[in-house]
Order: sequence, then structure tokens, then C-alpha cells
Amino acid sequence: MYKYDTFDQSIVDARVEEFRDQVKRRLAGEITEDQFKPLRLMNGLYLQLHAYMLRVAVPYGTMDSRQMHMLAHIARKYDRGYGHFTTRQNIQYNWIKLDECPDLLAELAGVEMHAIQTSGNCIRNISSDQWAGASADEVADPRPWAELLRQWSSFHPEFSYLPRKFKIAVIASDEDRAAMRLHDIGIQLIKQDGVLGGRVFVGGGMGRTPMIAPEINPFVRAEDLLSYIEACLRVYNRYGRRDNIYKARIKILVHEIGADSYRAQVAEEFAHVKTLGIDPPMAEFDRISAFFAPPAFEADAVDSVDRSDPDFAVWLDQNVKPHKQAGYAIVNIALKPIGGIPGDASADQIDVMADLAKDYSFDELRVTHAQNIVLPHVRKADLHSVWQKLNDAALADANLDLVTDIIACPGLDYCSLANARSIPVAQKIAERFADLERQRDIGELKLKISGCINACGHHHAGHIGILGVDKKGVENYQLTFGGSGAEDVSIGKIIGPGFDEDGVVDAVEKAIEKYREVRTEGERFLDTYRRVGADPFKEAIYA
Amino acid sequence: MNLLTGNDLASGDVVWWNGKGWSRQIGDAADVGDRGAIILAAEEAARRVNASYEIEADTSGLPLHIKDRVRAAGPTVRADLSVNPSIQIVKG
Repeated sequence: MYKYDTFDQSIVDARVEEFRDQVKRRLAGEITEDQFKPLRLMNGLYLQLHAYMLRVAVPYGTMDSRQMHMLAHIARKYDRGYGHFTTRQNIQYNWIKLDECPDLLAELAGVEMHAIQTSGNCIRNISSDQWAGASADEVADPRPWAELLRQWSSFHPEFSYLPRKFKIAVIASDEDRAAMRLHDIGIQLIKQDGVLGGRVFVGGGMGRTPMIAPEINPFVRAEDLLSYIEACLRVYNRYGRRDNIYKARIKILVHEIGADSYRAQVAEEFAHVKTLGIDPPMAEFDRISAFFAPPAFEADAVDSVDRSDPDFAVWLDQNVKPHKQAGYAIVNIALKPIGGIPGDASADQIDVMADLAKDYSFDELRVTHAQNIVLPHVRKADLHSVWQKLNDAALADANLDLVTDIIACPGLDYCSLANARSIPVAQKIAERFADLERQRDIGELKLKISGCINACGHHHAGHIGILGVDKKGVENYQLTFGGSGAEDVSIGKIIGPGFDEDGVVDAVEKAIEKYREVRTEGERFLDTYRRVGADPFKEAIYA
Repeated sequence: MNLLTGNDLASGDVVWWNGKGWSRQIGDAADVGDRGAIILAAEEAARRVNASYEIEADTSGLPLHIKDRVRAAGPTVRADLSVNPSIQIVKG
């Protein structure tokens, strides 16, 4: 894992003290809320429905146990005993007090964490593959590139006031586990004739105008990648619309001028940027990469698992994934208990996961965009012990990628932008499909719920998506089918008129039962929908 | 009736104008009639409230908009954190 140098630490510490002074002046009435709001947002502090909400950055979703324990400590000391892991691989706290926030940030800085650039029209937390460094299918570890981009984008003077927020994802495998093409910029590291570089996609995103990012460059050499991304941002910063917030994202620019025109302008800008010496010397990149060297795996680790405990075997099949190193596995902890709140974890549970990372996973954890947690490097010989400890902490739900592994935004229960509640719908669907045998028979089904058109719950990318809207003051839920955030990326389509809360749960069940009726061998819900189209599902739902 | 609500500046807690000051219970809220804008301007200037606004409520004092009913009640999915669990979120 990357460790701060004295420069990293000093700028984070300085930002804490700067914010402490800003808070002091706000509380003393020396600055108005209009003056203060952009300052607090730059430090990740929102004012939500019930209280201030703090979004803490988890760079590319990677943490060590010391940092995870700090998140638990913050939940206990400054919040109400829990945190909410988000689709940006971050964590949010819902009950922060303004006057305590500077002390909180100082404690975070003590473990090399902060909330900088988790809001505002800047480059947000770089996201990545939660299995980076562990999965056999990657051509390189994407984390050093994500870290390089983090350093480049932190306090970048030219990109601190972009037309709108900006999200970048880096992956390194054909299987997309980070919804890469639904980002403003998506980078897929690839090798061409043995040379490392990146496929660059620009102009994807969800929100009110969902778009899949077109490929802007099929191969940018690794040593040019930062300059190329800088050029992509420069063209956007110059021509992105600032007159209309709804048309300010880069996806609108790329769509309006066309991918070819945008590509040509980036090429022209790149030729100029490349003369500026932005790309780091290889020695610096090697320094960063060294932090992500593989841990000291045991060469002779036992490569088999005792499956005699049936409950353990189910969890093993569903939540444990192959590791590139023989004798090791990737453990996925689904934060989706039946009837629980997707992505929420109590302080005690956060501590348990931190301890497990320390004891069994080379002190590493990952947050996933599906609001789950990963222990990336667990010896197969330790899997049963890990499962038992997860089970004791109510963290062993064996539902990864199943219909109850639901992504849901905080919705109207917490968010001031939301039009409808998301969490109660997720809870009712999970309860309806609580039978694990039924879930496993249904198979992979990604269900995603947003409480408003901003799509924080990624409903556009759901095999089944649910969008909460306000219909004359009443919560109403639209169903979309056929979305995907994976390598077979697609945007879901609205299936028909909306439903009330109970009605949408019934409709989901009818659609899934129709799928079970018409599917062919090995087809997922998404595959069947793509094969047969919407009509059979409409008939089932609206009959 | 017309009610005033906002957040406490330091704590962020949801507060309701009770005619003299700000209460954390919507049950204490007072009908401000047509004086809302004047009260809010004075209270914001004195930093006794943040992000304040006026809402409409029915004759029982229940906010007409669901968002304000959730603000008054607390998160509907965490009964342990509810300020006022008796508030009816979805009108029958």
C-alpha cells in the first residue's frame, strides 16, 4: 500500500488547520453560509436531510487495518456508531457535527486519510478494481496508476474548478469490475506486443443523461498516459459548458461535438502537453509501484479447502473468488444482510473486518463499488476461520452478486436531493428473496436502486434498476431492465409505468419468475432479457 | 399552516421554530402565518439557524411534503435513531 511521504502528510495536515480556521470563522459569524458552503464541500462536508454528512476518501478503495480501525473509531466518537460504504469506494458518516469536524479530520490525517475532493467540481476519488493485485486476469496492477492519478489530481490548480465533478476509473483486465465505461474517463490497462499502455474511454456516466464512454484512444503508451489524461481534461475544461449544470459533464461535450472531433482536439492538445514534462520519470513511477509489490505469499500454501461444513461451502462458492497465487483466495464480504441497509456497517463490524485484514490478509482491505468489502489475500487454509469470525459478526451473508446483493443509495431517508426512499425498497426485496436456495437458483442478478435521477445507486447499470421519483408528492418507482456496468456494459430501459413501494417489489418478483420460466441453460437474467426482449416481462408484470 | 425549519449551525440537527426559538421536536412548531420570511432573515443573521426555509403543513402540523415528514421523523429505516417515530411518512 502507498504510504504518505512528508509532502503528502504536510499538505493534508495544512488543509485540516485551514478548515479548522474556516469553521471557527463560520461559527463566529465572520463568514456566511453562502461563503462557507464551497469551503466545507471541498472538505467533503455536506448538509443533508438530518445533519452534516462527511464523505471520507478511500483512494481506489484500498485501506489497511489501522485506517479501517480509525473509521470505526470515528463512527463511535463523532457519529452514531456506524458508517455507510458508497459506490465511489468511499465511506460516509451521516451525523457529523460541524464544530467537531476539524478534530475528526485531524484524527483521519493521523492515519493518512482525508475528505479532500470528495465533493465539488474537481477530480474525485480515483476508483479501481477491488481485486487489483489479487486477480489472475489483470495485465498489470492498476493501483500504481490510480495512485499516480491521485497525486496528479490532488489540488491540481487547473482542475479544481472544472465545469462539473469528474470521475476516473482504472482497471487492468477484460472483466470490468469497476463500471469503468460509466466514468468520465475510464482507463483499461492493456499490453500490446508486450508493451504496457491504456485504452482510454471518455464521456461515460450515469445521472440524468446516462452514457457509455466511447473509446477515444485504443492504446496510449504507459509513459504518455498522464499527459494524455491531462489533455483530455484540458479540452473539457476549455469547452465544457458552465452555463447549465445539467449539461456540464464531459459526456455532454463528447456527445455534442462527437467522439471524432473530441479525439482530434485531445490529440492536438496532447502534442502540446507532451512538451511540458508532466509524465513522471520512470524512477518516480517505480517508487510508487514498489508500495504495491505483492505481499510475501507462502510458496507452499495448501491449495485445497475442507468443504465438509455445508454452510461454509455455500459461502465459499458464492463469496470466495480465485486468487492468482496458488493456496490463496479473494474473500468478498457482502454488506447486504437480509433486511439490513446496503453498505452500512457498525463500528464493531468495521473493527472485525480490520482485525481479519490484519490477521489473515496481509493487512489489506478493499471497498467495492457494490458497497461490499474485500479481503484480497487470504490463505485457503484460513478461509474457515475467517468465515467463522465473519459469521460471529453477522458478516457472512453468502449472497455476493445475487438478487439480495443490492446497491442502494441513501435515498430520501438521508439525502436532501432524493425524491423517494431507496433503502426500504431494498429491504423489502431482500426479505422477499431471503431464501438463499432460491437466490442461488436465480443466479447472478444485479439489482440497483436510486432515490433520484442523479443515479448514485447506479440504477441505469442494474440488470434490474429501480428509480425512485416524486409523483405529485408520492413516492413512485420506475423499473428499468437490461443495464450492466460490467464489460458487457449497457444502459437499462424503462419497462413501463411505475409502482408504489409494495408494487415494485411484486413487479420485481414477477419479472424474476418469468425469467425462471423462459431462461435457457446457463442464462443469467440479463442474458435472457437481451435474448427475449421486454415483452414477456411486461406481460408478466402488468397482466 | 406555515412552519419554519432548518438545521442547527453547530450540530446540524433538524430544528423547528416554536415562536420564541428553535426546537428539535416538530410537535413544538408554531404556525408563523405570513411572518416566515422576516423571522428567517433575523434568525439566519443571528446564526441561530442554518439552511432554513418555510414549509406548509396540514392543520395537525404534519408537513405536506414527504421530505419534510422524513426530516421531522428521522431516517425511517433506523427506528433507534428516530426523533419522532409516530410521524406518518406515507399519507394513507
